[in-house]
Formats: sequence, structure tokens, C-alpha cells
Amino acid sequence: MSKAKKLVYILISFLLSVMIASAIIAFSGYSPSEAYSAMISGAFGSTYNLAQTIGTSIPLIFAGLAMAAGAKTGIFNIGIEGQILMGALPAAIAGHYIKGIPAVLHIPLCILLAAVCGGLWALLAALIKNRLHISEVIITIMLNYVALYLVEYLVNYPFKSEGMIVRTEEIQESAELAVLIPHTRLNAGIIIALFLVVAFWFFFYRTKLGYELRATGSNLKAAETAGISNRKNIMISMFLSGAIAGIGGAVEVMGVQGYYISNMTTGYGFSGIAIAVMGGNEALGTLASALLFGALSAGSSSMNRTTNIPGEFITVLQALIIIFVSTPGIILAVEKIIRRKKVAA
Amino acid sequence: MGAQILTLLSGMVRVAIPISFAALAGMLSERVGIVNMGLEGIMLIGSFFGVVGSYLSGSAWIGLLFAIAAGAVTGLVLAVLTVGFKCEHVLAGLGINMFASGITVVLLQAIWNSKGKSEMVAGLGKWKLPVISQIPIIKDIIGNISPLFYLLVLCVLLLWMLLYRTPTGLRILVIGENPELAGTMGVNVYLVQYLFVIISGMLAAVGGAYLSIGDIDMFSKDMVSGRGYIALAMVILGNWKPTWVALAGLVYGFAESMQFRLQAVSIPPQLVQMLPYLFTILVLLFARRKSMAPAASGKHYYQKGE
Repeated sequence: MSKAKKLVYILISFLLSVMIASAIIAFSGYSPSEAYSAMISGAFGSTYNLAQTIGTSIPLIFAGLAMAAGAKTGIFNIGIEGQILMGALPAAIAGHYIKGIPAVLHIPLCILLAAVCGGLWALLAALIKNRLHISEVIITIMLNYVALYLVEYLVNYPFKSEGMIVRTEEIQESAELAVLIPHTRLNAGIIIALFLVVAFWFFFYRTKLGYELRATGSNLKAAETAGISNRKNIMISMFLSGAIAGIGGAVEVMGVQGYYISNMTTGYGFSGIAIAVMGGNEALGTLASALLFGALSAGSSSMNRTTNIPGEFITVLQALIIIFVSTPGIILAVEKIIRRKKVAA
Repeated sequence: MGAQILTLLSGMVRVAIPISFAALAGMLSERVGIVNMGLEGIMLIGSFFGVVGSYLSGSAWIGLLFAIAAGAVTGLVLAVLTVGFKCEHVLAGLGINMFASGITVVLLQAIWNSKGKSEMVAGLGKWKLPVISQIPIIKDIIGNISPLFYLLVLCVLLLWMLLYRTPTGLRILVIGENPELAGTMGVNVYLVQYLFVIISGMLAAVGGAYLSIGDIDMFSKDMVSGRGYIALAMVILGNWKPTWVALAGLVYGFAESMQFRLQAVSIPPQLVQMLPYLFTILVLLFARRKSMAPAASGKHYYQKGE
């Protein structure tokens, strides 16, 4: 499929998903037009809303890139949800307990720590996969639950802040990422996200290692014959994927909340799957679909306020997008039927 | 002490029921070459529609039928995507899981105006079979148990007979190993795949229905919480054989019922809740290396002329 055609298919898939989601909304007794207009004004209605939309996209860019990095090597890293947590908590801890160093040191230190922790957590899944030859999906999902409860334990016991709320202590000012537009989620993390988008492209298309990872992803056997170590590549790719996810977690802590609090990143990892699928596992595509999902997500929270439709509606939409985009055959079949009708007419 | 062990064992069987149903579903689907990554979502659909059916009709058995029908439809969707349109099995399954997770909450809100829980509905209750509830020890473990336990035992028997004692079973085994060969032998591969992925959906939905109308008699958001994936792990542990796959559910059941016991002790609850998942990973690490995975599982098969 040519690039232009692929793009057209993705857009059609998206529209189809929106239509089916509308039908579901209507069936459940709500008004789809009300839902979408609430969402659109919630996402783009004002500078504040727009900033909120872009801010909401930041963790989604990381999650999407993390998923895409795995997919480039033929891996379904469904463990992003957990890897985000494994980055977020260490960043919150390093952000609070390390004191007296300037921001130019403190910020990179926290980010690096999050990347390493997220990466190692993902690497664990790669090691098990290589050893057992079973689907990484099962392993990464199990590790998600382990990470979730581990982090919950840590934030409930050893690292719980004073007071009633279950969260960590606030990070030092030197670890904070500047908020770009006050009272919104838009923070300097967007710069890190955009940098990673470029780095992602450069790594996979301009370096030898990136090329080898893609070779593993497109054909395991051919890569092996060409002297590429698939096992090694799977480990590298999982580490990178987990590291990107970990940074995403750190940015949420350092740029939005200022501490780690339970469930602050719930669902980002799963959105990342839809985002990478829709973005064709490419850097720019992932960026674009993360922005779109950011708009949907920011819009849905305002939809939630004005209508009675639950925000989980977005999950339905995401699921439909995954299904349609990854099954181009459906649209091809519809196209065939339309052509036949045209011929008949 | 003895009483405690019996409670533990009876808990083990209870916890195992949904996992074993789902694991059987996963095994059956993989036997015809389709990896059912959608187990988690199909279970959730099953637990939701079980409650809906029971709520609408007042009878939990009608609820169970609702669950089975919803599971069959979802299984059909999975089959259309993977067999019909050659969608990557993992993505099709994940799509179904996310869809299920969202749609159940949307409908929960529409029906009960709640984002978390449904109302209490009529449940399947428990069966006290005349002979079994008399035998010592056995009576303490399964003397008073959900009727779905007996359905599970029946399913294991039927699946075993189907796979090893019928011509269809032979066809399934060949399709799982080499669908091209089955095709040249004149087997309608697609038909068999569609049929058994649909049945797989029905089995998983019964497992899900156990969680709602077989246990707490209501639906709560995302109540399956990973059991579908755990079931996939149990398929590996049970080496794709019906009896062993169902028994693998018991192994998991043991771990989870240990968890309930441990919650009484003063260990932080989060660490205790982590155990079943950790246990699943460990079990996989120590599972038999020589696996009987169907060779063609997860691969796409194209009928002649496509």
C-alpha cells in the first residue's frame, strides 16, 4: 500500500469508528451530536482548552512512541501501563529526596532514573519472553498488575506523604517542569516529547541499530540468516520502549502533579496501543494521533461535565479504531461492494 | 487446621471455575489456529450480559443464556476479524478487550445510572447434590457449590471426547498443526475455525458469568481484572490438553485462595494482591519446556484461490 493510500484508509477507519461509536451512544439513549459538540468545544473552544488538549497529549505521545518502538521490532509491549508507573514513582522519589542541586541537573537526573527503571521493568518481560518463547502479551500484562500493586504498596507505606491523601511528598522546585500556560496540563514536557519524536525517527531510519531492529520486526528468520541477533534486538527494543514509557510517567509527575498519586496515569498505556496502531508505528503518525487522542480525552472530560455520557465512551472509540485500522480488509471489502453497485447502476 | 485446609481447598475450586472455563476457551481457539487474546473482554461481556439477562427476566438461568449468546456474538466478531479479514490476532483480541471494558461501563450507566456497579440480581445460587454432599472431605470442598462447577466438569469431558474421540476432533488437531494439509484433505478449514472460535467465546462468557451471577450476583466495572490473560497462561501450563488446562485453573485457584487467607494476616494488602499475578509468571517460568502448542496457532491460513 502506498503512503497516501494508507493515510486514506486510516482516515476512513477513523470516521467509521466515530460513526459506530455514535450509533452506540444513540442506542444507549444519549445524543451523539450533543456528545461530539461538547467534546469539540471542550477540546478546542478556547486557548485554555487548546492548551489543555496539547497538555493531555503529552503522556499519550510517550505512550504511543513506547508502543511503536516495540512494534517496530515486532513486539506487542502491552506493559506500557506498568512501565509508566515504574518511571513515575522513582521520578517522584528522586524529585523529593534529592535536594540542593540546580534544575539543569535535577530534571535530567529524574528523567534518566525514570527511563532506566521503566526500561529495566520492560527488559524483564523481554528476558522472560526470550527464555520461554511465549507471547510477551501475557507476560507484560501480568507485570502490569505486579507494577501496579508494587507502586501502590510503595506509595501507601514507605513513601507516603504526611496527611490523609495517599500520595508521595511534593518534588523540589528544582525538579519541576515549567508549566507553559498556567492552570493547564501544558508543560515543558512537550519539548521532551517532541525531541523523542525526532529521536525515534532518527534512530529507526538513520542508524544501523535501528535498521537491525526493524529487520527483526519485519522478518525474524531473514534477520537471523543475515546474522542479526533477534534475542538481543528484542531486549534492546523492549528496553527502549519501557524507557520511553518511564519518561512519560516522570513527565506527568514533574510537569502536572508535582507528586505521585494513585491512578494518575491509569489508561495511558492502553491508549498508547490505539495511538501507535493509528499512527502506523511511525514517529510523525504517532505524534498526530496522540494529539487527536489528546483532543478526544480533553474533550471527553468536558463532555462528562455537561452530558451524562461516561468518559469510557472514549475507550469504545479507541477499541474501534484499533480494530478497523489493523483490519484494512474490512474497508477493502466495503470498497469492493460499492464498486460492484456502481457497475450495476 | 484441618478445617482451614478444607476452606482453602474449597476456595481454590471456586476461584478456579472462571479461570478454567476461560482457559478451555483459549485452548479450543488455539487448537484451530486462532489465538484468543480477547478472552478478557469476552469474559467481561459474559459477566455483564449475565447480569442484564437476570435483571430483565428475573431468572439467573436466562441470564446465563444471555451471557452465552453475547459470548457467541463476540466470538463471531473475533472470527470474522482474524479468519475472515486476517487481522493480527493480538490486535483483534486487544481491540475486543478495550471495547468490552468501555461498552460495559457505557451500558452500566445507561441501564443502572451508575459507573461502578449494577443492582443486585438473581444469582445461580448453589447446588447441594444428594450423594456428593454426603461424602466426608469432598462435601466440605464441593458439597455446596455453584452449578457452573458441574457445567465445567461436563465441558471438560465433552471437549476431551470431541478432541480425541471424534472425526471433528481429528480435523481440529490437523488444522492446529497444519491448516494447509487439512485444506488439501478436503476439510472446510474456515468453517471449523469460525465454529470453534464462536464456541470458545461461549465458554469464556460462561467463565465471566460465573464472576457475576455465579458469585456476587451483580456486575462491577472491570470485574474480570486480568483473569482472561491469566487463563491464557494456564493454557500454556496445561499444555493445550483439555483436562490439564482445566486442572491448571485449580493451580491458579490455589494461589488466589491463599491470597484470601493471607489478607487476614498483617501483610500489606497491596503485596498480597500482587501474588496471583506474580504466581502466574513464576508458574510459566517453571512450566514444562516441551510444549504441545499447536504449530499453526496465531498464523493466518488462506483458502485456495485467495
